[in-house]
Amino acid sequence: MPKLLSGAEIVFKALEDQKVEYIFGYPGGAVLPIYDELKNHKSIKHILARHEQGAGHSAEGYARSSGKPGVLLVTSGPGATNAVTALTDAYMDSIPLVCISGQVPTHLIGTDAFQECDTTGITRPCTKHNWLVKDVNDLSRILHLAFEVATTGRPGPVLVDIPKDIQFKKGKYKFFKNTLKKKLNGKAIHKISNSELDKFINLIKKSSKPIFYTGGGVINSGPEASKYLRELVSLTGFPITSTLQGLGAYPGDDPQFLGMLGMHGTYEANNAMHDCDLMINIGARFDDRITGKVDEFSPGSKKIHVDIDPSSIGKNIKVDLAIVSDVTQLLRSLIKRFKEKNKNFANSNKQKTSKWWEQIEKWREKKSLNYNNSEKIIKPQYAVQRLYELTKNQDTFITTEVGQHQMWAAQHYKFNKPNRWMTSGGLGTMGYGLPAAIGVQIANPGRLVVDIAGEASVLMTMQEMSTAVQYRLPIKIFILNNEYMGMVRQWQELLHEKNYSESYTAALPDFVKLAESYGCVGIRAKTPDELDEKIKEMISIDKPVIFDCVVDKAENCFPMIPSGKPHNQMILGPEEEEEISDEGKVLV
Amino acid sequence: MAKSKSAYSVPGKIGKIERHIIVVWVDNEAGVLARIAGLFSGRGYNIESLAVAEVDKKKHISRITIVTEGTPQVIEQINLQLRKLVPVHKVADFKRTDKDILFRELALFKILANSKKQEKIKKICKKFNPVVLDKSQKSFVIQVTALRAEIDKLTLDLRRLGLISTSRTGAVAMTKGAKIFN
Repeated sequence: MPKLLSGAEIVFKALEDQKVEYIFGYPGGAVLPIYDELKNHKSIKHILARHEQGAGHSAEGYARSSGKPGVLLVTSGPGATNAVTALTDAYMDSIPLVCISGQVPTHLIGTDAFQECDTTGITRPCTKHNWLVKDVNDLSRILHLAFEVATTGRPGPVLVDIPKDIQFKKGKYKFFKNTLKKKLNGKAIHKISNSELDKFINLIKKSSKPIFYTGGGVINSGPEASKYLRELVSLTGFPITSTLQGLGAYPGDDPQFLGMLGMHGTYEANNAMHDCDLMINIGARFDDRITGKVDEFSPGSKKIHVDIDPSSIGKNIKVDLAIVSDVTQLLRSLIKRFKEKNKNFANSNKQKTSKWWEQIEKWREKKSLNYNNSEKIIKPQYAVQRLYELTKNQDTFITTEVGQHQMWAAQHYKFNKPNRWMTSGGLGTMGYGLPAAIGVQIANPGRLVVDIAGEASVLMTMQEMSTAVQYRLPIKIFILNNEYMGMVRQWQELLHEKNYSESYTAALPDFVKLAESYGCVGIRAKTPDELDEKIKEMISIDKPVIFDCVVDKAENCFPMIPSGKPHNQMILGPEEEEEISDEGKVLV
Repeated sequence: MAKSKSAYSVPGKIGKIERHIIVVWVDNEAGVLARIAGLFSGRGYNIESLAVAEVDKKKHISRITIVTEGTPQVIEQINLQLRKLVPVHKVADFKRTDKDILFRELALFKILANSKKQEKIKKICKKFNPVVLDKSQKSFVIQVTALRAEIDKLTLDLRRLGLISTSRTGAVAMTKGAKIFN
């Protein structure tokens, strides 16, 4: 007869067996038995957030930067509803999270009890799966299954709702492994056939205007996928562009890399996508920010789509060759097969794609990321570029909030490694970056973690600075402060006749004093000449820092594909609205 | 500048709409129907009818039959999205026009009618396997099984003859011959 454990003990036993080191959470009435048990499990450290949303984003940052699932522990009712934004964010960006929530005792469920809500009902559409545990003897099976569902196939969040009485009840514990017999999201070791690979290779060989279009699936597949991607891109000599989530899978400073594509992508990347004759989509999902007008999306190309989730294929764009597979697995077999017959492909194929590269170089000459720099006022792009130059020599992790600063970070910060870039892409959650940085710093102690933020976004989860101070996490909050919700302001300027409705924050806090009140360090930079020194100062401080970088209030994020337009109709910059002489443009 | 005031792309061309019957085998557990129905409503798919009951008492497997309409792309998405749900075991999908599939719906009609009129009604229902389930001097309850359109028509006809209450199931389906869905 195995020893009987309480539900709370079973939770920790399962977490230990899943090798969980950190949980992010916030206590409350309905999870007290679990919190009570925490003291008996020294291998698991709890990080106390200041709000459940913050705990959720921290868990996401932890997961994205470490490749391990993030674990979240919240109470019933408001604890669970506060976690919903983080769960939805993780669902959209395919981040493995396991959320354990307390629930009112089973006999009170359905009575509108204090802090009761229909947690499984509320989180059903924003999790891969969720469970309400009604019998303590199901608990260990469900918990292990939860980890399996979260981490297999296309990763994502799951939630296990545990009523308080179940946390007290005694039951049996068993470590279940691979309980999921059925195929999950096509994870089911889909054997890639040689004929699929040959079709793939054939399309590569026939193409004279190819492009790789890669996404977050490469990152999610693990560091090996990035290694193979680099090998394949070098083997073929083809150009490559990446989605927002895929940045870092391929080196950002490599000549074959065309920069990010999409609404605020580079001119060369978007034009190459539009004019190519072969598009090789690896682990990206034809999101609307990428495709623009679907009917006019890359009209002349054959399209290959590799995705682990079969429902991502053909959802927005019809493709000619669909392969349901994990990216690492596919790339490994593809490269092997490709090498067998095409040893020196890149060289022999150079002539065929030379015209294409010439065209790409012409597009590149537009230098679409340029902006008019200033000597008096800090341009936000300039701030990101300086941050990059001053941090590129160390292993730096960047998180962002959502808005203009996020796009400038994506455009001007060059990533060379996967898992170094954490941003809320799918859901676009303002307030993501600061708590995410906390999770990243926990997973990567001793590394430099910078949240490139906007002043509006960061205020949404500013309270988490208190968490950073408590756990001595020296995260750097680099605020590009333009006093506006910049992206909202930009859309209002361009599309709503400059009616800046409610996009200006009239009463911002003094961020330097705010930093001091949290017990961390505040730095402010107001002019371009002092920027470098101040950034260096920020990096040298072994404490959390809030950096208030006062930037141009009116700067817009270009290039930009206006909505409803195809890729080859981009606005390159303010000069397309008002003439600015070439001399006025400073190349940085 | 673009006239569009939305940050989203404009809708593309809409394909031809087809009616499909989708059969889903699921674990009969709490919330499973909400998962299926929520997937449809959340992604903007249409449910015309839905019929569900446990078909395997031992393994607790329920069989859900959903009639839906959509473009081929939407129908494909419905299939793929359903397959991703953890409690879903398998999904079968076919066109409503498929000749190899049998469909049936069941309807109960309560009609106010004297015995003379009752005979007339039974005649009208003759083609649809009528069974009289309850009978009184003033009223009777009759059960028919037929296709959706046939029941629609029958309802209209019976309304003139004293129909006061209708109860219908959604369609259920099965393949012809010896083969089964898989």
